[in-house]
Order: sequence, then structure tokens, then C-alpha cells
Amino acid sequence: MFEIFGIPSQALFGQLLIGLINGSFYALLSLGLAVIFGMLNVINFTHGAQYMMGAFAAYLLLQYLGLNYWAALIIVPLLVGATGIIVERLFLQYVRKLDHLYGLILTFGLALVIEGFFRNYFGSSGEPYQVPDALQGGHNLGFMFLPNYRAWVIVFSLIVCFATWFAIERTRLGSYLRAATENPTLVRAFGINVPRMVTLTYGFGVGLAALAGVMAAPIYNVSPQMGSDIIIVVFAVVVIGGMGSILGAIVTGFGLGIIEGLTKVFFPEASSTVIFVIMAIVLLIRPAGLFGRIA
Amino acid sequence: MAIADPPVPAVRTDSAHGLTVAFCIMVALLAVAPFVVYPVFLMQALCFALFACAFNLLVGYVGLLSFGHALFFGWASYLCAHAAKRWGLPPEAAVLFGTASAALLGLAAGFLAIRRQGIYFAMITLALAQMMYFVALRAPFTGGEDGIQDVPRGRLFGLFDLSHEKTMYAFVLVVVLAGFLFIYRVINSPFGEVLKAIRENETRAVSLGYRTERYKLLAFVLSAAVAGLAGALKALVFQLASLTDVYWTMSGEVVLMTLVGGLGTIFGPVVGAFLIVAMETYLAQLGQWVLVIQGAIFVVCVLAFRRGIVGELAALLRVKL
Repeated sequence: MFEIFGIPSQALFGQLLIGLINGSFYALLSLGLAVIFGMLNVINFTHGAQYMMGAFAAYLLLQYLGLNYWAALIIVPLLVGATGIIVERLFLQYVRKLDHLYGLILTFGLALVIEGFFRNYFGSSGEPYQVPDALQGGHNLGFMFLPNYRAWVIVFSLIVCFATWFAIERTRLGSYLRAATENPTLVRAFGINVPRMVTLTYGFGVGLAALAGVMAAPIYNVSPQMGSDIIIVVFAVVVIGGMGSILGAIVTGFGLGIIEGLTKVFFPEASSTVIFVIMAIVLLIRPAGLFGRIA
Repeated sequence: MAIADPPVPAVRTDSAHGLTVAFCIMVALLAVAPFVVYPVFLMQALCFALFACAFNLLVGYVGLLSFGHALFFGWASYLCAHAAKRWGLPPEAAVLFGTASAALLGLAAGFLAIRRQGIYFAMITLALAQMMYFVALRAPFTGGEDGIQDVPRGRLFGLFDLSHEKTMYAFVLVVVLAGFLFIYRVINSPFGEVLKAIRENETRAVSLGYRTERYKLLAFVLSAAVAGLAGALKALVFQLASLTDVYWTMSGEVVLMTLVGGLGTIFGPVVGAFLIVAMETYLAQLGQWVLVIQGAIFVVCVLAFRRGIVGELAALLRVKL
């Protein structure tokens, strides 16, 4: 044990770890929001609810079908992503031509519907989800204790973030996507089915949220309001980072998670507001956001 | 929208007539209502009607969707309750204090929020409101989960005892109508015309020499102040200021009321507020299903009913309402 700025190292690194974990979820969720916004011009308020659906889907698969965490990690994003595709076909395709604010209001309404349903059936207290056997326990690193599951979440979300970045910035499919974001009419003229791409993009973004939900299930309780709690913070993260850049969303997400964790150590009263305060400061200094372009 | 409108003079005379008739009907209904309907319900609906009108000033006439108006409503409610209970201010002073604080909060929040447009504006207002929710949760004077309870209604100007339900109703009605007329006046002033120009085409308004950010900020402050007035009144009506009024669900509710009634219509927010408050009162025993119903109304309104009740009615009767 040693101390840094009068804070025991255990506490400091412990909070840093929690910060990194929160940061992974901020990064995954803001990444999905940015991808969806780029393609659909809709801020997906349902994102939090879809993250919650991911956690619940993992819980239900385990309870009723006996499918474990690893199976959930693959099945749930596909399942929830499919519901996203239905939502896009049924509702979102009709608001793309309208003012931005209608997309926001529509997805807000959908979030209320989903959250209401889950509250009805599961109450608001929340259900525990066991850490998978393979990731039980942890390692003593000397200066802190590192639970295996948490290390896994950080590493895996970094991999997912990087894979998404790679797919969008470095592959042929990604280049179609970026082109369609810039100028959908022109890309359509080249014979690419843009409406289908839009639908699949939404499904992908939703799947990403669901994946984050599965990963979050063993850390936080699985509860109906877990989505609305996090989505507003993620909005602030998006305002800070700007939605113009994939890498920007990742860096901002992790960075803010760490800052939030550190605030818990040094000034705990401010830990729930620090991200919003940073947002205010960024708006004063760089209104377009750290990585953003003025739209 | 602006292109399709008939020439201005014809609308002026016509619409002014229709508006006066509609306003008289509204006042008559509200004057009779407390003899038929439970006054506390009416006062609640009136407070929300004023809140929705304030919100509508911003979304309907400047095109700025604030998703954080609960910030002004809830904080004014806290500060009014605090002033009335702990400082012993008379009700008129407490309400004014709440309103003025909301205007100041609006100045700060608006200054930050108008730096970004469109969708970002909504996210910033939502985030700022959430921040102030956490502040309210932690601040010592707000009483945390309990809120500020047993707020005295006091005597208005030292004369009228507001603990009497009908007297309180008259006070609330007068203040809400005054707020309503104030917003109507703002919308129909030269200042309001500039706001509408910004809504239609901000770049063009800038090129005509208007410093649009100042207009937007002033509109934001006015909207925040009136929202605060509504919140302060609600604190006196229920003799309670609580966390519900600063939470994001409250911001969502005011969006719902305005959307149902009709964005950018004068009477829409009032109609929407009465409908939603009635729905919540009568469906309260359904518990969480209310959330589902609210969400479904949002979805239906956006997909099929964007003009709202009053908007559809106005289109049907070909008048401005």
C-alpha cells in the first residue's frame, strides 16, 4: 500500500477502474449514437432502452433457456438488433425527411414504451446477473485488486470499438457507408441500395447498444431504468466529443469515464455532475465539440 | 409553411377575431370550472398549461426544442417554496422570487445551449437539466427525496387568504391568464416576428442584419421565466416542491402536452396540458402503464398527428388558433 496525493492507492486505482468501465459503456453507446446519427439523421433516444433490453435479454436467456453469458454475447446483439430493424421499418423511416426534432421525440416515445413494459413485468428493483464462471475471481496486482470480469469488459469493449472504427474507416462497406452519409442521392445513383443500408446501420447501432447491455449486466443490476440513467450522460459525452468522428467518440467516452472516476476520489460530491460541467466548459471554449465540425 | 400562408392583412383581421372568441370561451370555461370540477385538479392543469405555453414559445416560434425545461419549472418551485416557508415571504413575493431565479437560470443555460443548433440544442438542455437535478438531489435546502413540504400559501398582498381553495384558484387563474397573454403579446410583437424568421431560416435572418443569438437568448430567458412562474405557482398549489418536478420525465411531459395540443399554436399547449393531466389523474391506478401510454401517444403524434389537436382544428376551420 502506498499513497498518492494523500489518497490510498487502492481507492485511487479502484475508482480509476470503475471510471474505465463506465468509460467503456460511454464509448460503446456514443459510438452507436454517432453511427446512427450519421446515417439516419436521428438522435436515437431509444438507445438507452435498447441497452437495457440487451441486459434483460441476457438475463432472460439465462433464466428461461439456460443460455450462458457467452451465448448471450452473440445472440443478444442479433436479437435486439433485429428489433431495431423492425423499429426502423415501422417508424423511423417515416421521420427521416422531417425536422430532426421529430426523430428525437419519436425515439423518446419509444423509449418510454419499452421502459414502461419492462417496469410492468419486472418492477423497478432490478435483478442480479452472475459473472460467468470463467471470469470469476481476480488478480492482485500489488497496488490494487483487479477483478477478472472488469478487465475483460475493458479489453473487450476496446476491441469492439476498434473493430467498429476499422469497419467504417478502412473497409469497402464502410466506405459506402461514409459516402452515403455525405451524399445519399449520389450513392444511390451508383446503384447501391441506400435505404437497406440505412436499415442495417440502425440495426447495427442498436446491436452495439445491446452488446453493451450484456456486458453491463454482471456489473450493474439488470433494471428497467438502467437505460435512462446512462443515456443522458451519453448525450453529454456526444456533445463534448461531437459526432463527426468515430475515434473521437471512443476517446471522449473513455476519457470522461476516467475523469468521472477520479472525481469520485478527490471530490465525491461532484461525481454525478462532473461530465455535465465539462460539457458546459467545452461549449464555452469549443462550441463545436472536441472532435466536431460545425454542422 | 410561410410560403403557403395567405397575405398578411387578411389573416390579421380574421385571426384576431377567431382568437378573441377562442380566448373568451377559454376564460368562461375556466371561470365556471371550479364549481363543477375538483379545484386542485384544475389548478394543477393550469400550472402545466402555463408551463407548456412557455415551452411552446421556444419550440413553436423559434424552432428550438428544449428537452430540459423541468430545470426552470422545478427549480423555481424549490426556490418559491423555500422563500415562502423558510424566509416567510408573502406568496406574491415568493412567486416573483421563483420566477426571477428561473430567468437567471435561463440566462445561464440559454447562453450555453444556443451555442449549438438543432439536435445538439436538445441534448445540451437535457444534460444541463440533469445536472441541476443532481444538484437538487444533493443540495441541503431542497430536502433530498422528501422535498420541501408544508409550504404555507399565506395571504396574498396581506388581504386574501390563499388557504381557501376558491381564492387560490382565482389567484392561479389570474396569474396563468396573465402569463398566457404575455406570451401571446411576445409572439405578436416585432420581436416575435424576428423569432419566427429565425425559425424559418436563421441564415437569412442573419444576412438581414439580425443578431439572431441575442434574439434566441432573450426568447430562452422569457420562456424559462414563464416556466418558472408556472413552477412557483405549483409549489404553492400543492404546498410541496419535490424532485419529480426537476427530473427529465417532467421535461418529457411538457413536450408531450405541447405536441398533443399542437406545436406553434396559441391554445394548443393549454388543451394538451388539460388532456395529459386528466389522463394521468384518471389512469393513475394503471401504474407503469401510464408510461407506455404516454410513449405511444408520442409515437402516434409524430407519425400521424404532427399538427396536434388545436393545429388540426385550426386547419379545419381555416383560422389561426
